[in-house]
Amino acid sequence: MNQVSYKPEAPGIPLPHASEPSLIEVNGLSFSIAGKTLLEQIELDLAQGELLVVVGCNGAGKSTLLKNITGELSGRGDVQVFGESLDAHRPRELARRRAVLAQHTHLSFGYEVEEVVLLGRIPHQRRQVESDEDREIARESLRRVGLESYASRNYLTLSGGEQQRVHLARVLAQLAGTKGDRLLLLDEPTSSLDLAYQHQVLRLSRELCAEGVGVLAVLHDLNLASQYADKVAVLAGGRILAYGTPFSVLTPETVRTAFGHEVMVVNHPCLNCPLIVSAT
Amino acid sequence: MSTASTVAPTHASATRRRRARAFAILVPVLLVSAIAAIGTGAVEISPLQVISILLTNLGVEPIVEFTSLQERVLHAIRLPRVVLGALVGSALAVSGAAMQGLFRNPLADPGLLGISSGASLAATASIVIGFHALGNFSLPIAAFFGSLITTTLIYMLAQDRGRVNVTTMLLAGIAINALCGAITGLFVYMASDDELRTITFWQMGSLGSATWRMVGAAAPFLLACSLIMPFMANALNALLLGEQNARHLGIPVDAVKWLIIIVVAFGVGAGVAVSGMIGFVGLVVPHLIRLWLGPNHRALIPAAALLGAILLINADLIARTIVTPAELPIGIVTALVGAPFFLYLLLQGRKTGRLI
Repeated sequence: MNQVSYKPEAPGIPLPHASEPSLIEVNGLSFSIAGKTLLEQIELDLAQGELLVVVGCNGAGKSTLLKNITGELSGRGDVQVFGESLDAHRPRELARRRAVLAQHTHLSFGYEVEEVVLLGRIPHQRRQVESDEDREIARESLRRVGLESYASRNYLTLSGGEQQRVHLARVLAQLAGTKGDRLLLLDEPTSSLDLAYQHQVLRLSRELCAEGVGVLAVLHDLNLASQYADKVAVLAGGRILAYGTPFSVLTPETVRTAFGHEVMVVNHPCLNCPLIVSAT
Repeated sequence: MSTASTVAPTHASATRRRRARAFAILVPVLLVSAIAAIGTGAVEISPLQVISILLTNLGVEPIVEFTSLQERVLHAIRLPRVVLGALVGSALAVSGAAMQGLFRNPLADPGLLGISSGASLAATASIVIGFHALGNFSLPIAAFFGSLITTTLIYMLAQDRGRVNVTTMLLAGIAINALCGAITGLFVYMASDDELRTITFWQMGSLGSATWRMVGAAAPFLLACSLIMPFMANALNALLLGEQNARHLGIPVDAVKWLIIIVVAFGVGAGVAVSGMIGFVGLVVPHLIRLWLGPNHRALIPAAALLGAILLINADLIARTIVTPAELPIGIVTALVGAPFFLYLLLQGRKTGRLI
């Protein structure tokens, strides 16, 4: 079986759009709460069409970092999105080009699945009315996550994994049709999904990257990160332990330091990426 | 895109057709209810006569004959009462729908959460203290501030780091109801016999004292509630995903929350000021509409406004005809229908584990 590499070829930091301005630029970000430092001197950047994956064990500061980038939290240091600080953006205009998928979304009302996806079109709508284009985009987004036949189903009758994919379709719909730079932030998007759908989410992320969207994802699974990411940032104790291509970052030493577990890293037998397996 | 459009299942348009059909049913039912309620009472006025009297006012030739007694009864007694019932009913139903969206829970109801008793406390206090500084508007304004304070209080109590804690919400509602009830009791204790009778009857809820002056004083607040809230529909839909998700969709969450709280306080405050505590409308009506049309606030809010008006007009019709020549407080009628319905919701919720 021929294997497809989802990434632009090249170990060594590829930065395919190095000349483009960064979609996310984080400089010297620190965040502490109640005297406890959760993030320290974080430096990150994300270019157009790039997939950056943040990994680290629980409590390493992954979600805190993501929340500092979405604006839910704000620490010391500089966080720029689309070349401007977060406060400088109009919320509605920002929402048309930046979508965020939370780890868990609680929705306890029985909307039809398509209505949930259409919520992603809210920032694009004038006078609260959805257009035929909005509905077309919603259907296309559902098709991309493989739920096109679920459009009229009651959201509450879906399994947890299906609900998570509906929300993925919602953020896809949110970014659809926007001109210019776009950004997708995913907080452990694969946590409640079966294997095939975990890969579906990351393949979709790569498709978006190919359209020029910058994607930042927090992931638990090192091999998913390795297979799909352009760059990986390993967080440990609120600091960036390693930052670069999967080959340069996902080494036994780094993984041991970050996760406290012995691993072996081998070349993936059929994909051009490192494969991390437990050594003990 | 092309594959998607060739398949193009039109269920979305089916949903829209169902909603359009719902409005095509609700509007005529509201009109028929209003005409029936206007015509029923000690002085009978037939539906055609009701229409004829109203047409005459607009300068159109009447269809059938009517007496001047009928005309005077219609103008002085029936019409203000029906108009007030419709306005209060839609404001209460819309407020209930909005609170349920804001709290992300179908059990949130202005009565259960203590918002109505906050309004009632402020209104009672203003009667006993004799606050008339704002003329006709004194009572509605006092009730508005009463409900604004309790709504804000309960929202702050029920919020826990961006999540709504339902147990806290309902318990805080019980506490606020008890506290407002106790303080209202203190005022009642201080009241004269005359004030006492007015207060007691008014607290059970009645549209019996409806006059055009009263309609004029309350209508701006009640209409503000029913007419502003539909514009909050998308924001409420987004808020059901949680506050952070709503922010990520570009909704100015804090501004929207405050606007909803203020508009609810307008509606509930004015409703309580003119008709006392009318419970369960805000709970039952939005729930019925959700069963019928789904939870989307774009349909839910206007449909709840119509059904709330229909429900209250008919509840008032029952209240004033079932024990003629006496009158039941309308709050008793809505509670007799609403309380069992609420228990039914709790049972359903226990079965599906969804409501709480």
